[in-house]
Amino acid sequence: MPNYVSVRTKTNRISFQIAKRTAWILLLLSLLLILITVLGLSAGSEFIHPVTVVKELLGYGNGDYDFVLHTLRLPRVLMALLVGAALGVAGLILQGIIRNPLAAPDIIGITSGASMGAIIFIVYFMGSVSIQFLPLAAILGAGIVSFIIYLLSWRKGVTPIRMVLIGIGISALAKAVVTMLLVISNVAATTKAYLWLTGSLYGANMQDVYLLLPWLVILMPLTFILARTVNVKELGDEIAIGLGVKVQVYRLLFLLISVMLAGSAVAFAGGIAFVGLVAPHMSRMLVGRSFAGLIPVTAIIGGIIVIVADMVARTAFLPKDLPTGVFTAAIGAPFFIYLLFRTRNQ
Amino acid sequence: MRIILSSTPMKQIGLFISCLILLLAFIFSIAIGQTSIPFSSIYDAIFHFDAADKEHVIIRTSRFTRAVIATVVGASLAIAGALMRALTRNPLAAPDILGINAGAIFFIVSAITLFSVQSLMSYMWIAFLGAGAAGAMVFFLGSLGRDGLTPIKIVLAGAAITALFVSFTQGLLVIDEQGLQSVLFWLAGSVSGRSIEMLVPVLPFILGVTVVAIFMGRSINILQSGDDIAKGLGQRTMLTKITLGIIIIILAGSSVAVAGSIGFIGLIVPHMAIQLVGTDYRWIIPYSAVLGAILLLSADIAARYVIMPLEMPIGVMTALIGAPFFIYIARKGLAKNA
Amino acid sequence: MKHVLEAQNLHVSYGENLILEDLNLQIPKGKITVLVGANGCGKSTLLRTFARLQKAKSGEIFLDENKLDAISTKEVAKRLAILPQGPVAPEGLTVQQLIKQGRYPHQSWLKQWSTEDEKIVNNALAVTQMTEFADRPVDALSGGQRQRVWIAMTLAQKTDLILLDEPTTYLDMAHQVEILDLLFDLNDKEGRTVVMVLHDLNLACRYAHHIVAVRNKQVYAQGKPEEVVTAEMVQAVFRMDCTIIKDPLFGTPLCVPHGKGRTVQTVELEEVGIC
Repeated sequence: MPNYVSVRTKTNRISFQIAKRTAWILLLLSLLLILITVLGLSAGSEFIHPVTVVKELLGYGNGDYDFVLHTLRLPRVLMALLVGAALGVAGLILQGIIRNPLAAPDIIGITSGASMGAIIFIVYFMGSVSIQFLPLAAILGAGIVSFIIYLLSWRKGVTPIRMVLIGIGISALAKAVVTMLLVISNVAATTKAYLWLTGSLYGANMQDVYLLLPWLVILMPLTFILARTVNVKELGDEIAIGLGVKVQVYRLLFLLISVMLAGSAVAFAGGIAFVGLVAPHMSRMLVGRSFAGLIPVTAIIGGIIVIVADMVARTAFLPKDLPTGVFTAAIGAPFFIYLLFRTRNQ
Repeated sequence: MRIILSSTPMKQIGLFISCLILLLAFIFSIAIGQTSIPFSSIYDAIFHFDAADKEHVIIRTSRFTRAVIATVVGASLAIAGALMRALTRNPLAAPDILGINAGAIFFIVSAITLFSVQSLMSYMWIAFLGAGAAGAMVFFLGSLGRDGLTPIKIVLAGAAITALFVSFTQGLLVIDEQGLQSVLFWLAGSVSGRSIEMLVPVLPFILGVTVVAIFMGRSINILQSGDDIAKGLGQRTMLTKITLGIIIIILAGSSVAVAGSIGFIGLIVPHMAIQLVGTDYRWIIPYSAVLGAILLLSADIAARYVIMPLEMPIGVMTALIGAPFFIYIARKGLAKNA
Repeated sequence: MKHVLEAQNLHVSYGENLILEDLNLQIPKGKITVLVGANGCGKSTLLRTFARLQKAKSGEIFLDENKLDAISTKEVAKRLAILPQGPVAPEGLTVQQLIKQGRYPHQSWLKQWSTEDEKIVNNALAVTQMTEFADRPVDALSGGQRQRVWIAMTLAQKTDLILLDEPTTYLDMAHQVEILDLLFDLNDKEGRTVVMVLHDLNLACRYAHHIVAVRNKQVYAQGKPEEVVTAEMVQAVFRMDCTIIKDPLFGTPLCVPHGKGRTVQTVELEEVGIC
C-alpha cells in the first residue's frame, strides 16, 4: 500500500506502520510551531525582530533583550505551548474513550473541579499560604472532582454516557460553589479569581515551566504507548472486550491520564477553554483516525492555538494584557461552529 | 411509573391545594427575612399604605416585588423546562442545561458592556435573541450525526454551547472590571434588588405564551409519540415544534432578563409534575407553573438564611438543590439506554 | 462429538429478571451452530455470555475444556472472536484501519505491524472482497459492505471460533445470503467453528450443521436441523402453526407458516416433499 510505510526489525520484534501523510503533516506542523514560537517571542509591547530573537536564543545576540526575552516572553510562550499540548491531548483521550466528539475536559467537569480548588485557595488561603501552592490546589480540585464523578458513575462498571452526564451535573455543582465564593469574597479576591477562571498566562515564569514540564514528559509517552488500545476502545466496549481489552481498567487509566494532563495545565493557566475540544478535531481533519498519529499532531496544534491566542491577548489591546482564555475561545468557537455546519451539509 | 394523582377530580383538587401552598409561600416570602414582618402589616401595607411606616416601605419596595418576581420567574422556568422536555423528548433537557440561559446572558452582557444599552425593554429583546440563538445552535449541534437527537448528544451540545457563551461573557467582564461586581450577582441569578418596572415589559409576553402553552397540551401529547406517528395522526409537527420553540425562548429569555441565570428549576419541577399527574401535558403545564413558583419562592426564602447576614444568590441555591437531582436522574433514569 | 464451548448450569440475569436458568449446552467443534428462538428468549444473551460480554450469575462456561474466566481475556481473544449486534465505527475510520484492530490481541506496543499481521489483514480483506475498498471510510459504505468489514475484523483475529450475533439483521435477502455464504466458506475451507444467532429459521436450517432452539430460559431442542425442526418444535418455540417441507434446492427443512394469505393454487404436499 503506497499510503503507508512499514517499519520493521528483521525478527519483527519491533514493527510499526506509519501513514506517510501523518509524517509529512507532522513535519510541516513542527516547522509552523517553530515559526509561531519565534513570532510569539517577537511580539509584545516592544517588537523584536525575529532574526534578533533567533540570534539571542542561539546565544549569538548582544544581550540587549536578555530580560524581555528570557525573563518575560520565553516562559510565557513555553507555558502556552505546554498548556495547549496538555489540554489538546487530554481532550483527544476523552473523545476517544467516551466516543463522543463533544467531550472535553472543560465540558465534563475536570476544569470546573480545578477551578473550585483554585478559587477556594484564592478566597481562603491566599493571605496565609504562598501563591506557589495555587496549582497544587487546582490539581487537587480536579482530582477529587473527577474521582467523585467516576464513583457516582459506577454501577456495575462505568459507561461513558453516564460519566459524561454525571460530569455535567457535578460541573454545575462546582460552578455554583465557585459563584457563591465569588459573591461572598471581597472585591480584590473576586477580580483575581475571575481572571484565573478565564485562563491567563500573565506572569508565567521559568519555574512554572519546570513544574509543568515533568507531567507532560511522563504522560505524553505513556499515552503514546497506550495508543493502540485507544484505537480499539473507539470501536465500542463490546468490540474492545471481544478483542481482549480489560475495558474498565483501561478506562480508569485513560481517565487518570486525561485528568492529570488537563488538571496540571489548568492549574498553571486557569480555565483556558475550547483547546481540548477543538484541537483534536483539527488534527483528525488532517491525519484521520489513527490514535498514535493523532497524539503529536494534537499536541502541536493545541500548542499553536494557545501561543497565538496568548500573543493576541498580550498585544491586541495594548497596554492591557488580557486573559488568554478569551482568545482561545475566540479561535475555538468559530471553528466549532464551522464544524457544526460542515457536518450539517453532509 | 406510579402516578400519585390518577383521577381527574384528584388532579383538580391537587392543583387547588398547590395554589393554596403557593399563596402561603408568597405571604411567607414577604413576611420573613432579616426584618420579620407581622402578617397584619402585610395586610395594611397593601390596603392602608403608610409611607412613614418602615415595614410598609420594605414590603412595598422590596419584599413584595421580590415575591412577585420569584413567582413569575419560577413559573416561567418550570413551564419552559416542561416544554423543552416535550420538544426534545429528553428528561435532562432544561433551559440552563441546554445553554439557553447562557446565550441570553452573553447577549445582555455584551449589550451592556459593548453597546451601553440601558433600557429594560431592550434587555428583554436582546435576551430573546440570545436565547433563540443558543437554542437553535444546540438543536442543530445535537441533531448532527447518524442517530439524530439523542438525549446524550443534546446535553453535550448544550454543555458545549454553554461553555462557549460563558467564556465569551467572562472575557467581556474581565475587560470591563468595574462592571464585574455589579453584574456578578445578577449573573448568578437573583430575584432581589429588582424593581417591579423590570417585570412590567415582559409580563404580557409571559402570560400570553403561558396561555398558548396550556392550550397546546393536547398537541404536545401527540408529539410525545414521536415525529412520524404525530405526522401520521395529521399533526403539522414542524409548526408545533416551532411554536414550542418560540414559547420556550420567550419564557426563558424573559426570566433571564429579569432575574439572571437561575438553573435547575426547569429540570426538577417538570419531573415532579410528571410524578404527580402522569404524562398528560394538559396537566403537566399548569402543575409545573404552580410548583415552579412554589419552589423558587422557597429557595429564595432559604437563600436569605444560609449565609446570614449575606444573601446567597438564588441561582446558587437552585444549583445546590438541582445538581444532585440531575445526577440522580442521570444515574437512574437513563440507566436503561445508557 | 468434540466440543469447543460448553455451558454448565448457566444462570444469567439482567437486574432482577432471570434470562437463562440452569442452561446446559455444548457447541460442536468445526461446525456451524445456529441459535434460534422467539424474540427475547435469551439466545443473544447466551451468545454474549459465551463471549464474556455478559457475566453469568452462576454456572460455568468452558472454552476448550478450560474455565472461561480462568483464561486471561487477551488469551480468550486469541481463541474466540465475537461480533456483537450493530457495531458502529468511529467517523472517518478506514476499512483497513478497522480490520487492523482485529490483530490487537496478537500485538504488543513494540510489535504493532509484523509481516504476519500484514499478511493476515490482507487475507481478511481478500476473503471478504473488500481489498479495493481498503482506504475508504467505513461510514461511507453500504450496509452489506459494512457488515463484511466487521466480519473481516473478526477474521483478522485469527481465531478457530467465531461468534456472531445476528450478522444479517437490516440486510436485504441478497446480502443475507452473501454474508452466510462467506461464513459457510470459512467453515468449509478453513475449518473454523461458527456460532451465530439468526432470526430466519429457513436460512438457519440451510447453513447450520447444528441448530439450538432456546425457549423459556433453557435449551428446548438441539441437533441436526432435519431432525430437530418439526412443526411441533416450531409451535413450541415460536408459538406458530406451520408445515415443514423440503427445500427444493437443498433438501433442508423449510418452514411454511400457516396464518392467512391469498391462495393461488393448492399444491399437493407430496409434490414438494413434506418432511
